[in-house]
Amino acid sequence: MSLSDWLSEPTNWVFLVVGLGVAGSAFRVVTSKNVVHAALYLVATLGGTAVLFLLLSAEFVAWVLVLVYIGAVIVLFLFGIMITRAPIGYDASLDNNRRGIAAVVSGALFLLMSWAAIDFFGSEPLQGIGEGTSTELLGESILGRFVFPFEIVSFVLLAALIGGITVARKDATPAESEEGV
Amino acid sequence: MSDLLANFWILLALKLVAIGALVPVTALVIGYAELKISAHMQSRIGPYFAGGRWGWAQLIADGIKFFQKEDIIPEEADRQVFKWAPALVLLSTVALFVVIPFSPTLIVQDLDLGVFYVLAISSVSTIGVLMAGWSSANKYSLMGGLRAAGQLIAYELPLLLAVVGVIIQAGTMSLVGIVEAQASFEVFGTIAVPYVAVQFVGFLVFMTAALAELNRIPFDLPVAESELVMGFVTEYSGFRFLFFFLGEYANMFSMSAIASTLFLGGYHFPGLNAEIWGPVVLTVKILALAFLMIWFRWTFPRLREDQLQKFAWKWLIPVSLANIAVTGIFKVVM
Repeated sequence: MSLSDWLSEPTNWVFLVVGLGVAGSAFRVVTSKNVVHAALYLVATLGGTAVLFLLLSAEFVAWVLVLVYIGAVIVLFLFGIMITRAPIGYDASLDNNRRGIAAVVSGALFLLMSWAAIDFFGSEPLQGIGEGTSTELLGESILGRFVFPFEIVSFVLLAALIGGITVARKDATPAESEEGV
Repeated sequence: MSDLLANFWILLALKLVAIGALVPVTALVIGYAELKISAHMQSRIGPYFAGGRWGWAQLIADGIKFFQKEDIIPEEADRQVFKWAPALVLLSTVALFVVIPFSPTLIVQDLDLGVFYVLAISSVSTIGVLMAGWSSANKYSLMGGLRAAGQLIAYELPLLLAVVGVIIQAGTMSLVGIVEAQASFEVFGTIAVPYVAVQFVGFLVFMTAALAELNRIPFDLPVAESELVMGFVTEYSGFRFLFFFLGEYANMFSMSAIASTLFLGGYHFPGLNAEIWGPVVLTVKILALAFLMIWFRWTFPRLREDQLQKFAWKWLIPVSLANIAVTGIFKVVM
């Protein structure tokens, strides 16, 4: 497939624009000097990723991304930043001089993932992309074939939740419990 | 005409114009209803002069006034975030109108995941509220934003869980599909009854959580006038304030529309042709629910923050979980 063929497809233009937007805002997430700005750029990144999933007709995954990540996780981030009096605004301690190592690690990770994808799929067009996944099918495979991994993940999450509550809760001192507080 | 409608781009433009017109109109109608109904509940007259009769043009005049005002941004504010916050809130409201079915065919786009889309999109407005509260550089705003976020997190869960009962019963997440399922749902003999008859608990939980999502009394702590001036909206003026105002009332309309569609049979009414009467039937149901919300405003006192959180986590969520379990059992047994 030549470049002009690729560009003649309108979907590819959308992919290009959204993909560059995602990459740009992801870059701003790590370079932003303001924690709140970084979190907001993360919203843009995740929103763009949801659009990319929509382009692949993976509607369910796209809306899960919006509901869980934008609607809950980022809200918790922002909530946490604002309620804990974390330094808002420019913070020099957010920066350090280990950029070289970070560049090597992320570059290696990118190469590894690209190599894995190219090695596995080659130039074969992917089957079933754009046909959409039925949510019914997704539900059946999660509660059928993948029920064990699903339950294990739920168990781990539950354990983490209980752990979090145990760490955060303040037990009454003996004096307080005697008073029946 | 049908040739014209067959063109994707022309149809898209038409749909965008229709939604763009519908959002302010619904906000005006419900806002005016709130002014007038509140007035009558308090033995006042309410808007009287604007427009010549009943003060019908009051809110249009208000809207024009807001557009003329200076766009004031506080000096300490984070300008970009401050500017984008109202847009994000309004965006999530407008996006909800996409899936509201006014008749089997009069809908912008019937998504397979309609209900899921609604819940996902409506959660985005929380980000806008937090942005507004934080960027205003005002303690009242920040308090309001934090209260709003805590409240929205707590009440989004029961809202989601209350809907699950309906999804289990209908076996689909498409909003048109859910209305059609109710049109053929018969418990007592031959007349189709809406899901509220069997999902009454779900309906109550949904409406309570919707009130909280809309920041309406008795859950209006984020904008509590007597404590926080106007919460996260305090620093906004001019057309940015108008965005929040429009968003609030248009959201009341869309939430009522979703509730009517999920629980009250949507555009369907026994004996009426849904293609012709659908929009009227749905509008009547929406206005009835909106009236209920306005009525609540002058009936219940505001909750305290800890009561609000306790109510969500200790009552609404367990009740809606029990509702899901019971619905699931009935679905399997029957």
